[in-house]
Amino acid sequence: MGRKLLTEHINVEGIDTLEVYRKHGGYRSVEKALKTMTPDEVVEEVKKSGLRGRGGAGFPTGMKWSFLAKPEGVPRYLVCNADESEPGTFKDRQLMSKLPHLLIEGMITGSYALGANTSYIYIRGELLYVLRILEKAIAEAYAAGFLGKNILGSGYDLDLFVHPGGGAYICGEETALLESLEGKRGNPRNKPPFPAVQGLYARPTVVNNVESIAAVPVIVNEGGDEYAKIGVGRSTGTKLISACGHLNKPGIYEIELGLPVEEFIYSDEYCGGIWKGRDLKAVVAGGSSVPILPKELILKTAAGENRLMTYESLSDGGFVTGTMLGSGGFIAMDETTCIVRNTWNFSRFYHHESCGQCSPCREGTGWMEKVLHRLEHGHGHMEDIDLLVSVAKQIEGNTICPLGEAAAWPVAAAVRHFRHEFEWHVTHAKEAAQPGAVYRAEAVLA
Amino acid sequence: MAKITFDGIEVEVPDGTTILNAARQIGGSIVPPAMCYYTPLKGSGGKCRACLVRVAAGSAKDPRPMPKLVASCVTPVQDGMVVENTTNPQVLDVRKGIVEMLLINHPLDCPVCDQAGECDLQNFAFEHGVSTTRYQEERRTFEKIDIGPLIQLHMTRCILCYRCVYTADQIVKGDRNHGVLGRGDAAEIGTYIENIIDDDFSGNVIDVCPVGALTDKTFRFKSRVWFTKPVNAHRDCPKCSGNVVLWYKGNDVLRTTARKDQYGEVKEWICNECRFEKKETADWTIEGPAHIDRSSVISANHYELPVLNQSVVADLPASTQRDLEKNPPLKLGN
Repeated sequence: MGRKLLTEHINVEGIDTLEVYRKHGGYRSVEKALKTMTPDEVVEEVKKSGLRGRGGAGFPTGMKWSFLAKPEGVPRYLVCNADESEPGTFKDRQLMSKLPHLLIEGMITGSYALGANTSYIYIRGELLYVLRILEKAIAEAYAAGFLGKNILGSGYDLDLFVHPGGGAYICGEETALLESLEGKRGNPRNKPPFPAVQGLYARPTVVNNVESIAAVPVIVNEGGDEYAKIGVGRSTGTKLISACGHLNKPGIYEIELGLPVEEFIYSDEYCGGIWKGRDLKAVVAGGSSVPILPKELILKTAAGENRLMTYESLSDGGFVTGTMLGSGGFIAMDETTCIVRNTWNFSRFYHHESCGQCSPCREGTGWMEKVLHRLEHGHGHMEDIDLLVSVAKQIEGNTICPLGEAAAWPVAAAVRHFRHEFEWHVTHAKEAAQPGAVYRAEAVLA
Repeated sequence: MAKITFDGIEVEVPDGTTILNAARQIGGSIVPPAMCYYTPLKGSGGKCRACLVRVAAGSAKDPRPMPKLVASCVTPVQDGMVVENTTNPQVLDVRKGIVEMLLINHPLDCPVCDQAGECDLQNFAFEHGVSTTRYQEERRTFEKIDIGPLIQLHMTRCILCYRCVYTADQIVKGDRNHGVLGRGDAAEIGTYIENIIDDDFSGNVIDVCPVGALTDKTFRFKSRVWFTKPVNAHRDCPKCSGNVVLWYKGNDVLRTTARKDQYGEVKEWICNECRFEKKETADWTIEGPAHIDRSSVISANHYELPVLNQSVVADLPASTQRDLEKNPPLKLGN
């Protein structure tokens, strides 16, 4: 059994209340930090822990915190990015709805470390029920003196607000989130300046994912060094993985980073294998935006060893043979999955969610979707396959924000690893146009 | 001050200057194209991605290359930065792609578009694009929208550069009244723009539009721009500087615009009275022919020294005629 640092008490009855949460050691990190540590010492612990951003990019959290500009007399902010909405990723909402006080505790400790007196949880608008849970928990924290003026007599003040977003995927991009939080249309900003210098209301701001912030109490309580002992290499600690697709036991699992992918898919402790006894065909390891990998590449590294669930090992070899841990949205596809249809489905999402601000993403995402629609519905041509790759290349790296890459990578990777399926859709147009058509090797051989 | 190397040419510029403006100090054909950036409009730039360049060295302190191409119009220079633009094949390749993207939904109706001859997209496509498109799908279309009696918006041609949005936000008085609706390739300039019609400076959205999406209804379809003769003129205007360009066809002033620099950026905003109402030569003091770049299609009929019809001069106010006598560059013809 792997250690559970965040979700140890997640199934305890009433853990969403302050009383039960405190009985299980809740808010110890606030007491420890505010009474015995300086803000810089808290930052140092987070740096020592090696915690990397759990929202997808994997940037070291402690380093991000240390980049925060601290001009005299200027307010600064901690903003929690709870705008989780990538297909396949659904861990944060579970964490917030079951353990709201864990996030609040992390926000208080993190805000103290950063010297922020006002902090925000920007939550996806559709998660109204989670918003209500968080608001109730925040009210409890205010009543108990963990929020508000002079917290625990330390002289530190903090106000925490939950802000529901308008329900646009792009608002999960940190600068679009800040725009939206300021009451504007959620369009990403050009960088530089980075939020650490000019963020919310043009003030220094740190934006962290829910899971990253929820890890802070553990790090403060146990110490950064202890936290860093878990995991492999630069991938330390535990990670929540939201597993879905053709698995016997889809769900949200907390794993120690470094767990072999094979064990995660097939062991009874985790996903329990592929449903209906079918064979695994492909996996998207980190949410729909990361490159898809066929079974052979996701289960073994180039060296023939089990591919570990770490930031580094999944990206071994770059995108030619690798993928990303991303946000931990683990989507498994069995042998009956049509990769073309799946790619079209992902592409529809990114086309719909592109903000339209910069030309490659605005026009390119729609273009890819339309070409994939043609291929899926039996109207494609062989040259369309290279066209897809070319358009994806025109988008990748040339946009204001990473949504361009998020749209391009799945398409480029699908063609790279499953070109034969795209070709089959062209050569077997009639069959491909049937609902539920699936490429099978035997179909080609026959 | 920061010293940067742009396509092998060294240039020293004040700190905070963007890469694009540093390149403009060098000038010439190495300057990256810009479809959305517009110096007088705060916050513009970074959207069209036409000006992407490769930063081969970030600075003298940190000489590592930047991992991705950067938008030169919004990226400030750093001392020791090395930038590749026309010398980098990847940049030129990406530009081809950007042209292709921008032309997906932009109709190639240059023969009937009022912007033909002074269209940034036309120039951009000519310099960086390819002659074919790989896009087979249906294009989006829109109905024309009248923004009052003087301005017309045709979203079909819009490339969503946001310049008019910034213009309406920044130079039109009153509440924010202009924006973008929808998202992705379904985004469009909001019809709430109609609220700007009462503002004296609303006509400037026409000048900033790099394509033919926003047009002057007093000029639409009256002439191709290369058949007109641009003449600098001014008048005492209580609202604006009154410095304009009059576009003549024969003796008639067909259009009045603000004066622009070599990068097509307005030097001084002009009011609607100057733009739309003063269409008589007698309203103006003529200064002389407006400078037109030799490479511009507009210069086809009149090169550096356009000839102003003698009969026009006869109609000019006495003060203007005296000015003309003092201004030898203007040639008078019959």
